[in-house]
Amino acid sequence: MVDVVDVAAVSKQFRIHHERHQSLKERLLHPRSGTVEVFHALDDINFRVAEGETVGILGHNGSGKSTLLKCICGVLQPTSGRIHLRGSLAALLELGAGFQPELSGRDNIYLYGAMLGFSRRMVDAIFDDIVAFSELDNFIDTQVKFYSSGMYVRLAFAVAVNVNPDILVVDEVLAVGDERFQAKCIDRIRRFQTEGRSILLVTHQADTVRAICDRAIVLDRGLMVADGPVAESLRIFREHLMGDAARHDERVTEVRATIESVSTPSGSFEVRSGAAMHFDVAVSAETAFSGNFVMEVFTRAGQLVSRSDAQGAPINLVPGTNHVSVDLKEIPLLDGVYDINVGVVDHLGSTVIAWRESAASMQVLYDGREGGVVELGPVIRQT
Amino acid sequence: MGEPSPAGVERRHLENAPVRVVSARVSLTTRLRNLLERRELLSGLISSDIRIKYKGSVLGLFWSMLSPALTLATYYLVFSIFLKNGIPNFVIYLFSGLVVWNLFQTAVNSATGVIVDRAGLVKKVSFPREILALANVGASVIYFLIQLVVLIAFLLLVGHQPAWGFLWLLPISFAALYLFTAAVAIVMSAVTVYLRDMRHLMEVVLQLWFWLSPVVYSYENSLAPALHRHGLSVLYFLNPVTPIILTFQRVFYVATTVRSTTTGAPLHILPQWSLTSFFELDLGLLAVTVIVFLLALALFGRLEGNFESEL
Repeated sequence: MVDVVDVAAVSKQFRIHHERHQSLKERLLHPRSGTVEVFHALDDINFRVAEGETVGILGHNGSGKSTLLKCICGVLQPTSGRIHLRGSLAALLELGAGFQPELSGRDNIYLYGAMLGFSRRMVDAIFDDIVAFSELDNFIDTQVKFYSSGMYVRLAFAVAVNVNPDILVVDEVLAVGDERFQAKCIDRIRRFQTEGRSILLVTHQADTVRAICDRAIVLDRGLMVADGPVAESLRIFREHLMGDAARHDERVTEVRATIESVSTPSGSFEVRSGAAMHFDVAVSAETAFSGNFVMEVFTRAGQLVSRSDAQGAPINLVPGTNHVSVDLKEIPLLDGVYDINVGVVDHLGSTVIAWRESAASMQVLYDGREGGVVELGPVIRQT
Repeated sequence: MGEPSPAGVERRHLENAPVRVVSARVSLTTRLRNLLERRELLSGLISSDIRIKYKGSVLGLFWSMLSPALTLATYYLVFSIFLKNGIPNFVIYLFSGLVVWNLFQTAVNSATGVIVDRAGLVKKVSFPREILALANVGASVIYFLIQLVVLIAFLLLVGHQPAWGFLWLLPISFAALYLFTAAVAIVMSAVTVYLRDMRHLMEVVLQLWFWLSPVVYSYENSLAPALHRHGLSVLYFLNPVTPIILTFQRVFYVATTVRSTTTGAPLHILPQWSLTSFFELDLGLLAVTVIVFLLALALFGRLEGNFESEL
């Protein structure tokens, strides 16, 4: 298996001008004034993506993830370091950025294809697929300026995925279009995966990464702080998010809390479907804090099964070790292993105080005949 | 960029796929190769440029023929009937210089702001940025060809023979014109990112430049004697557009010395250079413009690195 993307020692610095002089007169009048601050957007980033791998790049706003992606796509040049790319690449950075509003959808497909580096002949061959995917058959000869924003995005997405690149780069565009089109996009990405193409996905949504990626990279203020299995990277991502929140929010700066352990009375996390289960969560706190307790349950495939309402479970932490008990009555889950994340957030649910990713894995045993995730127990009879 | 294989579920083999490198400096040869590889994007941008201009107009591209034709008719009326300046067939003289100048001026004028205007695209899609400026030059070349057609139609109409022996100089001087125009357009498009008022400055500079080129007046007739006396002739020929205009005029207007239609006195209109002199001049100019073009590309490469933080 060869590496399709090889990012080697890539750094990117931006010069931020204070009091910038953009006209000739100003430049002549103030030849040296205006302070320039150098901002390190990326600092010595190294990683590789193998053929067929789907890698998530996680990070919150300002972490440098979009800068990294733009460097990989060649929109930006790194200040130092090199990126080697093998095979063709299509990027879904800002959908429809290359569109000319005055031209028809048809003309734009060819122009956008050319911008992505595909010849007219290649676009000819997949033109019908593009139109079919975008569901714009009736509007393909209409000027793009008359399109709705949804149609615009559909057309751009359709071109980018149908040119069949070896590497697909996606930047938080999965949140576009209606739910049905979104499902279609995810579907197409899964097909890409089965075809052995590589995907780089930038997002700050942990759920998306869990659902699609094989591996995840975490960026924090230009530094790469994690590169590994999704669960591990997500844990680090949340920790950094938490650290960041503490820095930004003065009121919670003093609050330090850790999830110490999650245990069951019997010590076993095996449970029969339909039975009850009891967890004991130990949270140690340095200062008193009142917030909400949150629990998430995921399938191994990364599907969120349940997230407890952050508003609904208030707790008051006191300095020292606190115990929170969680009772699950009649677990309706079917056979499988479920990962449990627990954490403490503030009253608004916006700041994470403590978080533990994959704090426990629950093994559910089920011997009934239903398939899927949850037992609904339908009563079926002919009437 | 590699050839994407057609859709299918077979696993791809990328061991032999070409490798591209993104790094801080792009060498000039890579730059040229990238440009060559993306010529399809260039033609796409040119045709979209032209199509957008005539979108929704009934006559379409015919407009771009009508406009120079009307200009030509106006000049004919003004200079041959109302304001007689004594030069016979002055319209042909004027128009053969004007087609050259129009190419240079429209290309540089439109390319100057193109990167700033299309910042959204520059910041989001990866392609050699100089293609945007080259697309403007390309569109101007199309209009140039249309104007040439109008000029030739006019020549046929009035039964004026071009200098057949000089005709083969046109491709050489056109190549020089294209390269020089492209070089100025590429550099100006990048400089405007840093100095936004270049656009306005350029309009003024181009106006001045126009009068420094022998389009409306005849260099030989009005400026040459005075400049020659002070030994400044060389300065005048530092303007690369001048030799190109002179070549076009020599080809289409033909006569170097004519008899004034008003006074009957002989007028020196064009330099009395031989075919070989013209050839050497054009060839030398072509060599210079090749170098200027490469320098412009290299300069663009240096300026392009900070586009993101300036746009």
